[in-house]
Amino acid sequence: MELEAVVHPKANLVMVRGRIDHGSSMAFSELLHPHLENCKKGAPPLVLDFAGVDYVSSAGLRALMIATRFAKNQGGRLGIAEFQPLVREVFGISRFDLVIPCFDTLEAALGELA
Amino acid sequence: MQVLFWGTRGSLPVSLNAEQLRQRLLSVLEVAARLPAGQLDTAIGRAEFVDALPFALRGTYGGQSACVEIRGNGPEHLICDLGSGARGLGNAKLARFGPGTPQTYHIFMSHLHWDHLMGLPFFTPLYIPGNRLIIHGCHAELEAAVRLQMSEPGFPVDFSLVDRQVEFHPMEPGQTYDIAGFQVCAMRQMHGGESYGYRFAQEGKSFVYATDSEHKLDQEEQWAACVDFFREADLIAFDAMYSLAEMVSVKADWGHSSHMIGVELALAARARRLALFHHDPLNDDASLDRLLADSRRFEALSRHRRPPLEVLSAYDGLIVQL
Ligand SMILES: [Zn+2]
Ligand SMILES: [Zn+2]
Repeated sequence: MELEAVVHPKANLVMVRGRIDHGSSMAFSELLHPHLENCKKGAPPLVLDFAGVDYVSSAGLRALMIATRFAKNQGGRLGIAEFQPLVREVFGISRFDLVIPCFDTLEAALGELA
Repeated sequence: MQVLFWGTRGSLPVSLNAEQLRQRLLSVLEVAARLPAGQLDTAIGRAEFVDALPFALRGTYGGQSACVEIRGNGPEHLICDLGSGARGLGNAKLARFGPGTPQTYHIFMSHLHWDHLMGLPFFTPLYIPGNRLIIHGCHAELEAAVRLQMSEPGFPVDFSLVDRQVEFHPMEPGQTYDIAGFQVCAMRQMHGGESYGYRFAQEGKSFVYATDSEHKLDQEEQWAACVDFFREADLIAFDAMYSLAEMVSVKADWGHSSHMIGVELALAARARRLALFHHDPLNDDASLDRLLADSRRFEALSRHRRPPLEVLSAYDGLIVQL
């Protein structure tokens, strides 16, 4: 599992790759933290590009919920975009798509959040 | 070994009301109206039609609260929890054995909340001299809670009138007991006032009863202990009350788990079957059908190279042969 920040004019864009499961959810939270700290009122939105994410378990979803809550408390905006279909399905099954803003494409995320 | 579900609802018994039943009939008739002419003319045709309907139309997940029976190779009876489902179970035993043949009932209490104990005063074998009810449990308050439930002003028949039929057997989690031809072991679970899961093994088959238990995703020791307890079980009855999003947000610390957690734990334990259990009274039959379909899909997405896990949703009347 890895994270890579990409320069983008309208957002803090972070590409996520790999699996976010019981083994890697802690590492994911740690890697995400510096990006989250910048996700506050007045700052550009934090958009996680999930095109490279193959699998998310319950522990990964929980880590994402905590991140969303953290961003919200700072007045920031966070969203996830570009899901692989199976990962998008897990967000639906868990009802996390009702808790975390989910978008099919990066453009849709920027249109809504930026 | 056979596992019979007499009560599967969580927190409070529920039933269909008149309007819900009317809507159900209308939905079924709508499907029937699209059939080719003549298909419903025979009894076999009608039975085939009904059996092919989705469970949420032809059946109901039912409304009695937690009560599960385990049948093994011996003459004594094993029961997990005495929710309102215990009434039907008691009556079935009485019909089968009659009042003249004393029976022994081993009852394993997950905990002492109402929904798991409310059936005791309506469990008719309790009132028949000669029967033995041995109530096993890990709570220090086990006997006091049972006595309190059958006392004025909560219930008109005082426990002292039936206590000759009842014995209490305290258990310790982590120890294995030989009870009625089964090896029985308990595990402490996270729930208000604590609850205990039970694992029953006989002749190479095993059943785990694990209800009213929350699983914290950041507590690795608890997770690992649970996987160990579920290890290669043939069937696990699992507290699947909430969606995962509810469990980790608005309903965190309410003491219940989620169908997705059940799938992950059972897969990690290489269990054979998972029965979703302790259904939320907020979920109607259609929601529970969807929850089952979602759970099966999640199992397929999460399985990877592990052996497949069969996912069921428990309903009142379900019998699983292990
Ligand atoms: Zn309960
Ligand atoms: Zn409870």
